[in-house]
Amino acid sequence: MDILLSSGSTLVLIAAVVGFFMAWGIGANDVANAMGTSVGSKALTIKQAIIIAMVFEFAGAYLAGGEVTSTIRKGIIDASFFVDSPELLVFGMISALFAAATWLLVASALGWPVSTTHSIVGAIVGFAAMGVSVDAVTWSKVGGIVGSWIITPLISGVIAFLIFNSAQKLIFDTDKPLEQAKRWVPLYMFLAGFVLALVTIKKGLKHLNLHIESPDDFIYAGITAVIVAIIGKFYISRLKFDENASRTTHYANVEKVFAVLMIVTACCMAFAHGSNDVANAIGPLAAVVSIVDNEGQIAAKSAIAWWILPLGGFGIVAGLALFGHKVIATIGQGITHLTPSRGFAAELSAACTVVIASGAGLPISTTQTLVGAVLGVGMARGIAAINLGVVRNIVVSWVITLPVGAGLSIIFFWMMKGMFM
Amino acid sequence: MARNSILGVFAKSPIKPLEKHIRLVTKCANQLIPFFAACAENDWPSATKVRKKLSKLEQDADALKRQLRLELPGGLFMPVDRADLLELLTQQDKIANRAKDIAGRVLGRKLEIPEVLREDFIIYLTRCIDATEKAADAINELDDLLETGFRGREVALVEKMINQLDEIEDDTDGMQIKLRKKLLTIEDDLKPVDVMFLYQIIDWVGELADLAERVGARLEILLARK
Repeated sequence: MDILLSSGSTLVLIAAVVGFFMAWGIGANDVANAMGTSVGSKALTIKQAIIIAMVFEFAGAYLAGGEVTSTIRKGIIDASFFVDSPELLVFGMISALFAAATWLLVASALGWPVSTTHSIVGAIVGFAAMGVSVDAVTWSKVGGIVGSWIITPLISGVIAFLIFNSAQKLIFDTDKPLEQAKRWVPLYMFLAGFVLALVTIKKGLKHLNLHIESPDDFIYAGITAVIVAIIGKFYISRLKFDENASRTTHYANVEKVFAVLMIVTACCMAFAHGSNDVANAIGPLAAVVSIVDNEGQIAAKSAIAWWILPLGGFGIVAGLALFGHKVIATIGQGITHLTPSRGFAAELSAACTVVIASGAGLPISTTQTLVGAVLGVGMARGIAAINLGVVRNIVVSWVITLPVGAGLSIIFFWMMKGMFM
Repeated sequence: MARNSILGVFAKSPIKPLEKHIRLVTKCANQLIPFFAACAENDWPSATKVRKKLSKLEQDADALKRQLRLELPGGLFMPVDRADLLELLTQQDKIANRAKDIAGRVLGRKLEIPEVLREDFIIYLTRCIDATEKAADAINELDDLLETGFRGREVALVEKMINQLDEIEDDTDGMQIKLRKKLLTIEDDLKPVDVMFLYQIIDWVGELADLAERVGARLEILLARK
């Protein structure tokens, strides 16, 4: 207990530094997955992708990241085990951050596609179960989180399948695909804008002290979505098409319309990624800050300190600014066989799934969800070739990450205990 | 770092190389027209030159075929069956092989097409090459088929092309019968071995159209699966 009073501020500082480091890692590495499809299908240039990612990752983290943060902070661990020794929870959370950040760094260096969400959840479960007591983990909650990792790729796959098929029905399999594209693409923009705005209003404006009651929230979200659609329509109308195009280049013109749509879905994806993944960095930090501020009291309900969400947001943006360019450039050079009409279906469904899961407070993996969505489009016979080997690797890395995150976190936990006590 | 990203999930599309392959193959078969033109004028040096070009195109097609096979390992999830795709590729490649055989045989024996047959033969040859070009047109729709998820109007369009291909092949069958009949009437004035080989060349040229039709058939099977 004394340790919290004597070196509380040191601990907060350590947690903040490690949390920022973790957020920075998320920005530098994970963002490639979030923005990759847009750059890969040549809908965005690298510069545009970076700018969109910076703005919307931050917005997502700041406006909609709170809910997942609470889950990471207090959903996984049964706080009653730590009432007598809150310092253990502080050490544990810092160790978990250390462990997840280290694993992220190692995996990135080796080129393994790991999930930041899986690392942090594994790490928190690890120190709590092994370092304290197996019962200190709220296993029912953990079961729910792990279950969501299986269900969310499935859901996003189904949504992607449906979105892709609807685009086929409404646009591609018609006499005049270009006219149909001009008519229907703004509707998809509306959809994307609506989901995003609704989640922001419902979950994000709380800590800005803005309360909008239902059904007003739906109306505001609808208005925002209409504005998005109108802006999109304006840009589509400004597109230049090869007018005397033959049937073959007809689809090339259609893809140009979808490329505009993809800018919107890229914003969605960045927002979704920010809202979901920022919590991995700042959830443990928020826990540490809350305990130290309350002088060892583990408060069941306490607001997240005002500076924490922006810190995570800035961390992600800093990572992006420093390394995102390099990472995304690597992607841009790779030969990809992805057209905007496919990329949009995958991104939109993944973004919707992630944003909704974030709203529900479930920390899910953005990459897994996107992979699920890609497979969904593949099922609809929309992608020339999907490398199942890579999909398997991603799934394997996801399984491996849990025990590794847990193991590292236990080691760091014991080290911290040895150092401070 | 590329492995660390979602884009590793997207494998290289086999469709563009497949389209490129059939374009090479038809270009190769097309060389038979200048080749026989040179033969008709007894201009064997320039016939040799054309054959060399034809042979080079055939080799290019072969190389592309091999590369495409290597790039299509199992474990790819594709909208079309992998075995069907490879079978289609094999069929396409056979056209180039046949064209090379024809040129080789004619040049090797300095085989002359008799004056009486010449005009009909050229028309017949051109028609057979038309068939290969129709097949190439149909294969070139594959990327649009991918855009439309292998269904709907685009499939109907390709089926129409395959029907046209069948009609061309029927055409060439009729021409082949006529050509053989004509050859029969002048048979006695020619060297018997030459006659044998003339029948063979007529057969082989007809095979170009047959093979093109088979490419269309494989494409149809490819579309019918799933």
